[in-house]
Amino acid sequence: MANHAEHHIVPKRVYFAVFFALIILTLVTAYIATVDLGRWNIFVALAIAIFKASIVALFFMHVWYSTRLTKMIVMCSIFWLILLLFITMADIWTRTWMGVPGR
Amino acid sequence: MITASPAVEPRRNYLNQTEGLKSWLLTHDHKRIGILYLIGITIFFGLGGIFAALIRLELATPAGDLVESNIYNKFFTMHGVIMVFLFLIPSIPAVLGNFLIPLMIGAKDVAFPRLNLLSWYIYMVGSMFVITSLILGGVDTGWTFYTPFSTSYSNGYVIATGLGIFINGFSSILTGLNFIVTIHRMRAPGLTWFRLPLFVWAHYATSMIQVLGTPVIAVTLFLLVLERGLHIGFFDPAYGGDPVLFQHMFWFYSHPAVYIMILPSMGVVTEIISTFSSKKPFGYTFIAFSSVAIAVFGFIVWGHHLFVSSQSVYAGMVFSILSYVVAIPSAIKVFNWTVTMYKGSVRLTTPMLYALGFIGLLTIGGLTGLFLACLGMDVHLTDTYFVVAHFHYVMVGGAIMGFLGGIHYWWPKIFGRMYDEGWSKISAVIIFVGFNLTFFPQFLLGYMGMPRRYHAYPAEFQVLNVLSSAGASILGLGYLIPFCYLLWSLKYGPKAPPNPWGSPGLEWQIESPPRTENFDVTPVITHEAYTYTEEVVHVG
Amino acid sequence: MASHASTLQHHFENAEQQKDASTIGMWVFLVTEVMFFGGLFLAYFVYRQAYPAAFASASNKTNLIIGTVNTTVLICSSLTMAMAVHFASIGKKHLIVLFLVLTLLLGGTFLGVKAYEYNDKWVHHEVPGHNFDCEGCTDAAHTPLFFALYFGMTGLHATHMIIGAVIILILIKNAAKGAYGPEWHTPVEMFGLYWHFVDIVWIFLFPLLYLIDRSGAPR
Repeated sequence: MANHAEHHIVPKRVYFAVFFALIILTLVTAYIATVDLGRWNIFVALAIAIFKASIVALFFMHVWYSTRLTKMIVMCSIFWLILLLFITMADIWTRTWMGVPGR
Repeated sequence: MITASPAVEPRRNYLNQTEGLKSWLLTHDHKRIGILYLIGITIFFGLGGIFAALIRLELATPAGDLVESNIYNKFFTMHGVIMVFLFLIPSIPAVLGNFLIPLMIGAKDVAFPRLNLLSWYIYMVGSMFVITSLILGGVDTGWTFYTPFSTSYSNGYVIATGLGIFINGFSSILTGLNFIVTIHRMRAPGLTWFRLPLFVWAHYATSMIQVLGTPVIAVTLFLLVLERGLHIGFFDPAYGGDPVLFQHMFWFYSHPAVYIMILPSMGVVTEIISTFSSKKPFGYTFIAFSSVAIAVFGFIVWGHHLFVSSQSVYAGMVFSILSYVVAIPSAIKVFNWTVTMYKGSVRLTTPMLYALGFIGLLTIGGLTGLFLACLGMDVHLTDTYFVVAHFHYVMVGGAIMGFLGGIHYWWPKIFGRMYDEGWSKISAVIIFVGFNLTFFPQFLLGYMGMPRRYHAYPAEFQVLNVLSSAGASILGLGYLIPFCYLLWSLKYGPKAPPNPWGSPGLEWQIESPPRTENFDVTPVITHEAYTYTEEVVHVG
Repeated sequence: MASHASTLQHHFENAEQQKDASTIGMWVFLVTEVMFFGGLFLAYFVYRQAYPAAFASASNKTNLIIGTVNTTVLICSSLTMAMAVHFASIGKKHLIVLFLVLTLLLGGTFLGVKAYEYNDKWVHHEVPGHNFDCEGCTDAAHTPLFFALYFGMTGLHATHMIIGAVIILILIKNAAKGAYGPEWHTPVEMFGLYWHFVDIVWIFLFPLLYLIDRSGAPR
């Protein structure tokens, strides 16, 4: 049960590296939005956002250095969010898939 | 603080350690907080019961002759809102979970005692919002608040009630959060996960649901209140909104919520069956994992409440199959409880009567759920009394019987007094009989087509409705009797020994009632859970 | 391991258990926040998929430059917060206070810019329910849904930031008194987790609300 994470001091250069990555990616995502990629715009935007969120979580929030339990809790939150979004959207996406008498 | 001369003064325990209202209202002690919750939920159970009585009174005759339909709508709405959110959701976790989990894991308190007290205050404030809306005139939307009726057309106090439930949700979330951290990090040395009592496993699974599901209904009610107040159009088709989206969001929580209501009861029943069979629960690992499985699978079946809502047929099929799957872990538990009793030395004490009633009624309730999970049958049965009977079998025949069993089982520990076994057995039987008389006819009514939430019905349904209303009066009487003898026992009941039932649980190894700090010395656990030895089984 | 006696609560065996419990407790709370905002993200995805043209033209009514600048402001506040936690863990009192104050200022700037944007929307009749008129928007009948989600999601986000600002003030006061050091700096660390989470929410809100169909290509 010993938690070594709290004794670990993250070097400041890690924070600065993450910071610069976040700034660059913000500018990139804003710029790419003005380029017409058709239906791929949203996927690119979300991919960049997911990457940015990940480095904030892993390094600013110390998840990279944390216990297995903390990592498990983070994974659960992502998993349950995906459940909520995916299953509800699955209803909407499949509403026309099967014919129903009278519809 | 402990007095040195027990012959002169009664031994100090958490009840009399400090005195005065302030010492209760500002307590950090998980045991006192459990009792604060017990007072709250008992009051609200009574209030919800009054609405049940009004409903059954109206339904004793086919004509809508007691009240107008809009008033009747308020009866069943307030009954549902109060019973689900103010009574059932908190009941076992906030009362028995709070009291027992630290004791069962050898801890001095939960991880966040001040947060625990805050949870109680949040619960009381949220409940006051609901009661206020009731006094002002109540809500008539059904406890499910479907849009666009609740947002655009209802004349009731939807916002006040919605806010009340929103606030109560945080109480539930914080209780769940507290239990998760407590169970992970406050276990006594030697108490590994698989040495935990199954009551603790049940509450861990329940806490997962509370933490993951409740925020979604919170945001749903938030949007409901915004829409009703500002007419924005989240759910109003006139603005492009989708009422079915509300149903998805509402049931994403409200289906797992029913597992919040039943899982703790299952944990209670496991403890009771084990103690009164003097045998460790059969298939410990299966019971533990099935609790978590119910919690997880319970999150992916909510669409079975939307079968006739214009949800996609394809999604309906998937939800239907998953709804069958979620019954499996519950069935596993029923087998485990039954086999636990086999070749055990069974004592039919009051808690055991409630536990046995629980098993039978939960089985009926669960099996009738499978009828509803079947897409084709649900088209016929949805929104009929079949559904009403199904969920009352699991929530009353299941959850409430488990709650009463747990209250009777742990009463000696919590209050240090024994209640009268004769009266308690009689009322357990009255409750069982009254319950079945109330709700079994409703399966038949539903199958024959009587819709729910109607204050009038065709004359051919009257006989069954009269039986149901008669049963309700017996059930009501059955609930009143424990209230009397349990209160009576507080002053006049014989003092309880530390372990009146001969149970090996950790909470039974300390005095009744416990001292404020629970344990003199943090226990070190060296044996498996449910280790029945000669000296433990020898009662007293 | 030395336990800072006055900060050790009586129901914990030692400071390590207490710190561990606090960390898990905060993460479990953040899980509830994920699901809370998640419901709004669900509504967003449902309606964006139903009315893509309305969402695209409504999104173009937000100011791209202001949104991008505000996003960088918030990212800066995350850096300063990480620095504050860092200096709390090594007990450099003045630097803790400095970086907490910077975080507060940057957060305040973000909120100020948001207030400006909200006012701008009000003036241009883009607040649903109040003389709403999405000028020049395609599928204008469904644009109120976008703006409702815009105000709902950024409003909830801003509420979280305001609560955060109040807590920072308390942390600054305590830090100035020298309360935080290597043995105990849990409140700063826990608040850091909260602040970074609020930043993560914005990292998703920015592209979803500001960056729909910005290329101006005909559809």
